[in-house]
Formats: sequence, structure tokens, C-alpha cells
Amino acid sequence: MKRLAKWRLVSLFAILALALSGCSGKPYLSALRPAGEVADIQFDLMKLSTYIMVGVIVVVMVIFVIVFFRFRRKKGDNGIPKQVEGNHLLEILWTVIPILLLLILAVPTVAATFKLADVKEMDKKNSDALVINVRSHLYWWDFEYPGQKIVTSQDLVVPTNEKVYFNLKSMDVKHSFWIPAVGGKLDTNTDNINKFWLVFDQKRANEAGNLFYGKCAELCGPSHALMDFKVKAMNRDDFDTWVKDMQAVKEPEKATSDLASQGQEIFNKSCIGCHAVTPQNKMPDTARVAPNLTNFGERSRIAGILDHNKEELKNWIKNPETYKPGNEMSGKYPEMTDQQLDALAEYLMGLKVQD
Amino acid sequence: MSTYAQKKGFGGTIWDYLTTVDHKKIAILYLMAGGLFFLVGGMEAVFIRIQLAVPNNDFVSAGTFNEIITMHGTTMIFLAAMPLLFAFMNAVMPLQIGARDVAFPFLNALGFWLFFFGGVFLNLSWFLGGAPDAGWTSYASLAVHSKGHGVDFYVLGLQISGLGTLIGGINFLATVITMRAPGMTYMRMPLFTWTTFVASAMILFAFPPLTVGLTLMMFDRLFGANFFEVAMGGNTIIWEHLFWVFGHPEVYILILPAFGIFSEIFSTFSRKRLFGYSSMVFATVLIGFLGFMVWAHHMFTTGLGPVANAIFAVATMAIGIPTGIKIFNWLFTMWGGSVKFTTPMYYAFGFIPSFVCGGVTGVMVATAAADYQYHDTYFVVAHFHYVIVGGVVLALLAGTHYWWPKMFGTMLNETLGKITFWLFFIGFHLTFFIQHFLGVWGMPRRVFTYLPGQGFDTSNMVSSIGAGFMSAGVIVLLLNVVITQVKNVKVGNDPWEDGRTLEWAISSPPPYYNFKQLPLVRGLDAYWIEKMEGKKAMTPAEPVGDIHMPNSSFIPFMITLGLFIAAFGALYHADDKSWALPVLIIGLLVTFGSMLVRSVKDDHGYHIHKEELMDEEKGAEA
Repeated sequence: MKRLAKWRLVSLFAILALALSGCSGKPYLSALRPAGEVADIQFDLMKLSTYIMVGVIVVVMVIFVIVFFRFRRKKGDNGIPKQVEGNHLLEILWTVIPILLLLILAVPTVAATFKLADVKEMDKKNSDALVINVRSHLYWWDFEYPGQKIVTSQDLVVPTNEKVYFNLKSMDVKHSFWIPAVGGKLDTNTDNINKFWLVFDQKRANEAGNLFYGKCAELCGPSHALMDFKVKAMNRDDFDTWVKDMQAVKEPEKATSDLASQGQEIFNKSCIGCHAVTPQNKMPDTARVAPNLTNFGERSRIAGILDHNKEELKNWIKNPETYKPGNEMSGKYPEMTDQQLDALAEYLMGLKVQD
Repeated sequence: MSTYAQKKGFGGTIWDYLTTVDHKKIAILYLMAGGLFFLVGGMEAVFIRIQLAVPNNDFVSAGTFNEIITMHGTTMIFLAAMPLLFAFMNAVMPLQIGARDVAFPFLNALGFWLFFFGGVFLNLSWFLGGAPDAGWTSYASLAVHSKGHGVDFYVLGLQISGLGTLIGGINFLATVITMRAPGMTYMRMPLFTWTTFVASAMILFAFPPLTVGLTLMMFDRLFGANFFEVAMGGNTIIWEHLFWVFGHPEVYILILPAFGIFSEIFSTFSRKRLFGYSSMVFATVLIGFLGFMVWAHHMFTTGLGPVANAIFAVATMAIGIPTGIKIFNWLFTMWGGSVKFTTPMYYAFGFIPSFVCGGVTGVMVATAAADYQYHDTYFVVAHFHYVIVGGVVLALLAGTHYWWPKMFGTMLNETLGKITFWLFFIGFHLTFFIQHFLGVWGMPRRVFTYLPGQGFDTSNMVSSIGAGFMSAGVIVLLLNVVITQVKNVKVGNDPWEDGRTLEWAISSPPPYYNFKQLPLVRGLDAYWIEKMEGKKAMTPAEPVGDIHMPNSSFIPFMITLGLFIAAFGALYHADDKSWALPVLIIGLLVTFGSMLVRSVKDDHGYHIHKEELMDEEKGAEA
């Protein structure tokens, strides 16, 4: 029986290993494909707890199977089994062993919990840590870099291989900020600012195509499912270049073609009331009521979910309600003709800060 | 006065049930109402799985989907699982302690009607402008901003039905404390009675925070208060605390009686006394106690800070220990026993691996730092369905088969029962096992759809197919019930032949006064002890004498009806409808008027005379 148990254990671990390598999800999205220090810590805890728990399951299942085969009642068996009250040794064993197992799990859990909450660095004076203020809205994300004095939306841009600190807050209802491949989530409350940090690993970011998927993880209304964002991870030099390019945009960029300048005119009439096209954070977060579009042409998705091309952009502007029910954009601007949409799309797609 | 002797028409039967204060009839009411809501909640679950079967599906709209998930959760917890457990508590617990009824029969009826009208009120939202859509947890910022009356229905409906649950819990507590038969000491009580006792104590402490939370939200939504309005100095996190201070114990309120049901079944069909009875009792009480110490693990990502998260993580893990004790005790109850695989035993057997999976993922989500990944994903959805379906629902199905003969006097068909089991069991694992993976692959919960290309497609389809199997299982069960009722083959006192506890010592269904003479309890498994000594029945603890019985009453129905009417007034008051305030007042007048009648009118009940009891015995023998 002991041998059988051993064999089962080995095969179960093999299945588990297979499951962890084979069915581990997409590298840009899955918590089982960790791509940074935080996700690594969490993945290690997941593995540790899974091993312990599989061990428990195996022990239970062995007893379970024996009971099933050995103690079935035969037909016409009227025997009365011995009425056992209990067994002190056994009962102590199955109380003490679980306590020990849980201690093995509890110590690293507590250590990790404190480590992941350590944000002393961002509150230090003259700290050169990168801080990003995340503001969540129905159903989009606003990213402000207070140290760099720039604002962007929907596509979070981060440097790799260093701690990035986040201040999280919601501007309407509660949401939750989650980049599964890089680390667990933290809620964006309406009441207070939550802080945490993440690290984006360069090598594994490359494997994930340098674009991680971010999600809203707290029910926030009809389009909760569609409140996606993307994370562009790049090395520190590229990041610095991006910051400089963003900072260089002082005035709204001039459209280059005729069609685009028509688009810009329409934009200035109908859209600019909500959407900014300069990255400076002169306005407080409460006044930034719609995504900043400074580098819209360089983003990866329209509205966080649609493919990034003119066709989808026109569809989106024509009827945002079909794509994101309950959004705050629908009905806030006049209906556009196809010609106007073409111009607007031409203009918006041309909004780029890098070459 | 014997109600069973009288032949009644259909109307008479309805009136009988509307006014009954008999715990056995109230149990049947709970079973029927809970069963109905279980079907409603199940249909909602099927709609969810159809919508999520393929990416970018448009079977239901985003807004409707949120209504469906909210109502699925709310219905299943408050209107299906709780009442179905209450059905068994009502039907069995008084019998197991050798009592003639619960301590407060009138309150028992009141509790049922409050639950039922609250549930009906909540579900009427579907027809009156839309159901609640802020999730069953109804987190404040979203709930306060939710448009329409959905969340108002949630707040008022749950307030009414929660009141019923609280009353029911207090009643069971008083019953166990005061109504035990001679010799039935605490440490001789069957495990189902023990778990009912502990769960009732938990109800007593857990429901008031919910009541407070709902009241605050009611004032916010209907009467212009700002408890949860941050801009006005309110705080939304306090709702999370109030909800989970209730919500977590609620999980144990559900699972403990389920443990009780399985303890009875394991012991009965192994022909062995429960292994480690005292440690089982100890574990039950410990779980009940610890259940109040862990609520903030639902809030690990709220930002409470590492100290709170670490403390609640370790406290949560600690619950694994008494739960583990229980699992091993059940296994060793069967060890060395003579295990008969009846339908209830199928469920009990299937419960062990299912619940162990739910338990170990519970420890995994208790690991705070790792929970930042699991939280609000399909991993958590999988976890709590493994606990609640793999634990509570399997127990309810097992209990239905096990106690059906005691409640109705007929046996459900064993073959159909086993078919139900296999369909449901396979469907359950098919639906939920894969969801663990979906969660850690990055799929948040409560999403009305998902985009293709994220690796979610196949697994969601598998999950939806599983839901089909579960539905088929439930349909077979319904067929089984219909067939059994049509055939109507009556059974004797102890149809499973291995009954150990007092409920099997009297006829199925029991007479309306339960025990003609209160039984003398000489130890754990009181009936088994007598059977082993070759006796057919319990030794009476008293001579045959007059039995005092409560009168039926229509007042519980009226008290509740008043609140039901008042709730509509409160709800439409927010729209400035001119008729709303009068309706509110009239409703409350009906309620308080009925209470007044109850208070001033003396109702001493009646006595069944000794001679009648003697006659009945002769009649039965003849």
C-alpha cells in the first residue's frame, strides 16, 4: 500500500508539473507565466501551497479508495461492526500534522505579504523611484507620471527591471488594477489611495511581446468585462526617450495632411472638451474626464478592446454604446458623417510622439 | 382534533398550510419554496453558462448579465441553500432531540413567511424594471450608483427575508436548549442537531451586521442619506466590512448543517457510531467560533495593509485544521464499517473528494500574498462553488433522499437517485474544475463576455457543457419526486433499516404531536441502542398523558404581508410617487395591527386528551 501511495504521489506531481508547464496560459496574461518579481513571489507561494495541498489530497484519497473497496457491505450481511468511539493517537496525528503543514505555508505567506506592501521608497523625499498615479474611470484607465509631469491613458508605459510604484484611486465606482502576468491586483477605492509596487522583467517581457494585458477585476457596471488596458514594457533608455518625446509635446500637434487637419477641426469642436491631446498634467485628476489622446496613434487598442485601425476607430466613434455599454462617452458629441469620421480617424491615428 | 384523520379538500389543505405552526409542515413549506428558488437560481446559472460558452457572445446584454449573476448568487445563498437547510432543520432536529415541536411554533411560521415574501419581493424585480445588478455582495460604490430600482429590491427583499432567518435561528437555539427529551444531554445529541445548534448561534451573531448594512444602504438609496457617499463624508469600505462580517459566517452557517447531514449519513450507512464524536462536536464549535475571525480575507485586495492581511491569512488557514479533523473522522467512521451504497451514501461519498478540493483551495486563497492573484477571478468562483456545491448542495441532495421517507412517508427511487447523482457529480466537476485554471490564466469573475485570443475559449465551453449535465441531474430528480408521489408507496418507521437517531423511532411521517410519550434517551444514537437490545421502540420517559398543542394561526402570514406591502411603498417613495407613502403606512399598519392582535388575544392552544391518544393507538392496531 505504501508503494502504491508513493507511485500515486509521483504521478500526481508529474501531472501537476505538466499542468503547470503545458496549460499555463498566455505569457502576456497568465499568472502562471510570471514576468516580474511580484508575480514570481506569488507564483512560488502558489506552487508551495499546491504541493502541500496535493499531498493532503493524496492522503485523503488513499484512505478513501481503501474504504471504498474494503468495507462495502456484502449482500445479506447483517453483521454489526464494532462500534469504535475514536482513537486518540490518530486524532492527535491528524490535528498536529495539518498544524505543521500550515505553519510551513504561513511563514512565507506573512513574509511575502509584508514584502509586497513595502512602499517606503516612494514616500521618501528626493527618491528617484518611478511613481505612477493610476486613476480608474468607467471604463478606462488614466496614468499620470507625477515626477515626469506627463499623463497618458489606456496604454501604461513602464521601464523594465526596476521597481515601479503605483498610487491607485478610483474616480467613480470601485475598480481593481490587475496585470496578471506581472503581479496580483489591488483595488482602486473611491475613499483612499492604495499603494503598491511591481517589477517588469525585461527578458520575460520580450517573450510576452513586450505588451502585457491589464484587467479590471472588480465588478464596476455593464462594461466591467471590457475595461482592459495594456502595458508596454521597455528598457530604461527607451522609457527615458519616450518620456522626453512626451514632454516635448507642448502644443497640440499640427495635422500634416488636409484630411487630418479637417479632422483636427472637428476634434477641436466636438471632442477636446473631454479629451486632451497634450500630456502635461496641469489639470487635477478630477478634471481629466476622458482618456488623454496625446500618443493615440501609438496605442495598441481602440478603447482598450478593439483592433487598432481606422475602421474600428470609426466604428467606435459612430456607436461606442455597442462596444462598451454604459460608457460615459456615448451621446456627448454630435453625430458624425462618414466623411467627418474619415477625417477624425486620420487625425487621431496621426497623433504620435515617437517616430 | 387529529388533522390527519380529517379529510380535507384542496382549499382546506391550502388553508392548513397558510396557518400551520407544525414544524413538519413548515419544513415542507421550506422545502417547496427553497426548491422553487433553487430552480430559479439554477436557470440563471444556465443562462450565465450559455452566455459565456463562446467569446463575444450576445445571448444576453451586459446589463442583463450583471442582473443575472447578482440574482443567481443572492437567490442561491439566501433563498435556496438557507431555506432548504431550514427545511431539514425543521423536519428533523425536533425529532432528533425527542421534542414535540420547536420552542416557538408561531415564530417558526413567521420566520418562514418572512423568508418567502422577501424572496418573492426580490424576484418581482425582474418584472418591475430590472433586477439588482451590483453583484450579490452589492459593494457600496456600485450599488449606490446603480440606476433603477434593482438594488432597492435587493435591500428591502433581503431585509425581510433576513429577518425570517434571524427569527428561525433564535427559535432553533431555544429549541435545542430547552426542548431536549429526558436523557438527551448535549453530548448525546446527533451531529445534525449539533450543527443546527451552532449554525443557529452563528445566525444570531452574523445577521445583525447584515441588517445594519442593509438599513444604511436603504437610507442612502431611498431616503437621501450619505453613509456610503464619499463626496459627502461617507465611506464605502465600511459596507465591505459589514457585508463580510455577515458574509463569511454565512458560509459556515451553510456548511455546518451540511456537515451534520453527512455525519448522519456516514454513520447510518456504515452501521457504526460516528468516529471521534466529541472531536467532531469540538471541531464544529471551533469552526463556528473561527468563522467570525476571518471575514477580512474577502478584502485582501481592498488595501487594509500587511498587518491586517497577515493576521487574517493565518486565522483563515487555522480553519483548515478543524475541517481536516472532520474529514478524517468521516473516513474512519467508514473504516471497519459495513458500508451500504444507497443514494444518500453516493452523495456523501462524492462529497469527500469534492469538498477536500474546495477546502484546499480555501487554504490557497487564504495565502494573502498569492490571493492578490486569485482574488475576484474565476479561481475564486471555482473555489466557492467547490465548497458550496460540492459541500452544501450535495448535502441538500443527500438529505433530500435520506429524509424524504421521514418527511413524506415514501421512498424516492434509488436508481433514479443514483442517475441524478452521477449526472450532477460529473457535471459539477466538469463545470468548475477548469475554472480554477481560467482564473489564474487571467480571467476575472463577473465578466459578461471575454475577447477571443486570450486562451479562455475551450475551457469556457467545457465549463458550459458541465452545466448541462448538472441541469439534467436536477431534471431527473424532479421526475423522481413526481413518480414517487404518484406511486405513493408508504414505508415504515425505519425505512433505511440502519437508522440510529430518534427520528427513525416513530412513524413516517410522524403524527402531528411527534411523540406520544417523550422517549428516554440512554446514550448517543438513542434508537440504535434500543434496537441493539432487541427492542422495537424507545422506552418512554413518561406515562401517556394530555399533550398541549399550539393552535394554527393566520397572523404570521398577515404580519409578513404587511411588510411586503410596506416594502413597495418604501421602494416607490424614492420616485416621489404620491401613493407611495400611504402604501408604506398601510403596510406597516397591517403588520403592527397583526402584532397587536397577537399580543392582546389570548391563545392558549389546546390539549390532545389521553383518551384520544389511546383511541388512535387502537385504531392503528386494528
